[in-house]
Amino acid sequence: MVSFLNYFINGLSLGSIYAIIAIGYTMVYGIAKMLNFAHGDIIMVGAYIAFSVITTAKLPAAVGVLAAICGCMLLGITIEKIAYKPLRHAGSSLAVLITAIGVSYFLQNVALLIFSSNPKMFTPIIPMSMMTIQLGSFRIQTISLVSIAVGVVLVLLLQLFINKTRPGQAMLACAQDRGAASLMGISVNGTISLTFAIGSAMAGIAGVLLCSAYPTLSPYTGAMPGIKAFVAAVFGGIGSIPGAMIGGLLLGIIEILSKTYISSQLSDAIVFAVLIVVLLVRPTGIMGKVVQEKV
Amino acid sequence: MNFKQMTKTSRDNLGTIAMLVVAFAVVQALRAGGFVNSHMDGMLVPLCVYATMAVSLNLVVGILGELSLGHAGFMCVGAFSSAFFSKCFEQSMGTFPRFLIAILIGGLVAGVLGFLIGIPVLRLNGDYLAIVTLAFGEIIKNLVNVLYVGRDAAGLHISMRDQAALGLAEDGEMIINGPQGITGTPFNSTFTVGFVILLVSTIVVLNLVNSREGRAIMSIRDNRIAAGSLGIPVTRYKMFAFTLSAVIAGCAGALYAHNLSSLIATPARFGYNMSILFLVFVVLGGIGSTRGAIIAAIILTLLPEVLRFMADYRMLIYAVVLIVMMIVNWNPKSRAFIKAHSPKKWFGRGKEDR
Repeated sequence: MVSFLNYFINGLSLGSIYAIIAIGYTMVYGIAKMLNFAHGDIIMVGAYIAFSVITTAKLPAAVGVLAAICGCMLLGITIEKIAYKPLRHAGSSLAVLITAIGVSYFLQNVALLIFSSNPKMFTPIIPMSMMTIQLGSFRIQTISLVSIAVGVVLVLLLQLFINKTRPGQAMLACAQDRGAASLMGISVNGTISLTFAIGSAMAGIAGVLLCSAYPTLSPYTGAMPGIKAFVAAVFGGIGSIPGAMIGGLLLGIIEILSKTYISSQLSDAIVFAVLIVVLLVRPTGIMGKVVQEKV
Repeated sequence: MNFKQMTKTSRDNLGTIAMLVVAFAVVQALRAGGFVNSHMDGMLVPLCVYATMAVSLNLVVGILGELSLGHAGFMCVGAFSSAFFSKCFEQSMGTFPRFLIAILIGGLVAGVLGFLIGIPVLRLNGDYLAIVTLAFGEIIKNLVNVLYVGRDAAGLHISMRDQAALGLAEDGEMIINGPQGITGTPFNSTFTVGFVILLVSTIVVLNLVNSREGRAIMSIRDNRIAAGSLGIPVTRYKMFAFTLSAVIAGCAGALYAHNLSSLIATPARFGYNMSILFLVFVVLGGIGSTRGAIIAAIILTLLPEVLRFMADYRMLIYAVVLIVMMIVNWNPKSRAFIKAHSPKKWFGRGKEDR
């Protein structure tokens, strides 16, 4: 029972990281109506920035986290401006999807050239002395608790931001009807940039958390979590922030438990099988809305 | 039939086939004359494999208009099923019939899998479909990596756990050994076989595009809902194109497997990156153009050999090419610019937008 609880908490912690990534996916998808395939690689970039600041430059962890957040934010805005904006009116979702794959590939290969393919050992942001917490008979990794807490706080903040502030309301308006929003005087370009900035900043945070929990960092670190977070976003209903949170948590728990109790080699396959089942049974996800497609 | 009386499409198709045949003849002549070094000679079969994969993926991306990110998975299935067959019947059949059946089995198994995967996948559209094909590609790779098959006097033993769980007899032989894959597949793939597979797939796809079914498939690409409202069975045609593409990919996989001494389902060979590479072929060749896809596959496979000094930057260049090609070809403004300044206009043959 104790070990099950331990695995469960590990799952929750991985799930919170997925949730933070999935929220970025879901926001971009809701507002820009595109699948930002490069989102997973922004995680990797964030982790490398934190690695360079903390491990190479020997600065405090807080500076590293801040640098990762700012760097990812800038990166997200730049990618949107250079690669996605020219295709916003292309009339083909395939075009922008392939471009996003190109961006993802680009980021991976730039990282490969700068940092080489050898995995780097990431210094966890939690000091050595506080790595684990002893609670009665079992011991929890501090980073798990931090991940869960950060996930919950970010979701609450984001919900507040979207529902209570003017830029947040502008996001909702853009998600609903971009044309009407621009007629109401909302800057659509600005709102899309803001969305990419927030989503990418969260990817940066996720990168630091992910590499603190699983400290090997390579140019491909972000690819798999990125895809799984997308699965989580679809699971929860794409476009819905609470849905992304729930989807992420469930997916993390499924992954860790299947890794423990079924097969470590097949856990990825199981996670993807979940996606397929969800899309078959309820294509709009747990909290998604059904949208009728029109000609 | 008079060449001038043929429609433009037939002439184009004939041109594509002629291009392949001439290329084949030239390479064979060069080989006979001893102008091809052994390194380049070894590239010929992979070249055919990649070109065939480009034809296969172009059918899904360019003609059906859906993005598949799991095509390497179909290739993987074709490779393993055909190599499995060849290993089982290595002693009991002659080379030619065995290899022919192996290729057919590769295509068939991949096709059946494509059909099965198509049932859930093709109910989706666009981004969802792309990500689910990616998921299936990864699942296939994962499953192949935990598959253990051995053979002894009692018959076949299959396990998903480890070699010991097979319970093989002393004289038993491992055929598929989990992460070690299949070793000792007979080397049957030759350039000629590869060329024939490429040629047949090209002819099949070109004929399909130019048929009633092909036009139905392209109408689904151009407007799915309008096509459906005209009475075109959307799902059936999507399924048809997807399955056919899987069959071609399976044949390419069979060709690939019989060119390797050890067949392992590594990410580098059958993973997501491979699927992206095939996508780069299709995009660079011009989405929807079979000829373009083949040419792009050939150039991009040979180019790294020529530009060895740039090996480190190769993938980076592919990524940039992918992004720039998409933006130049799909941005409304750059499209208008290209249309206004197209050289074809000077000859009064300006084509309408695709």
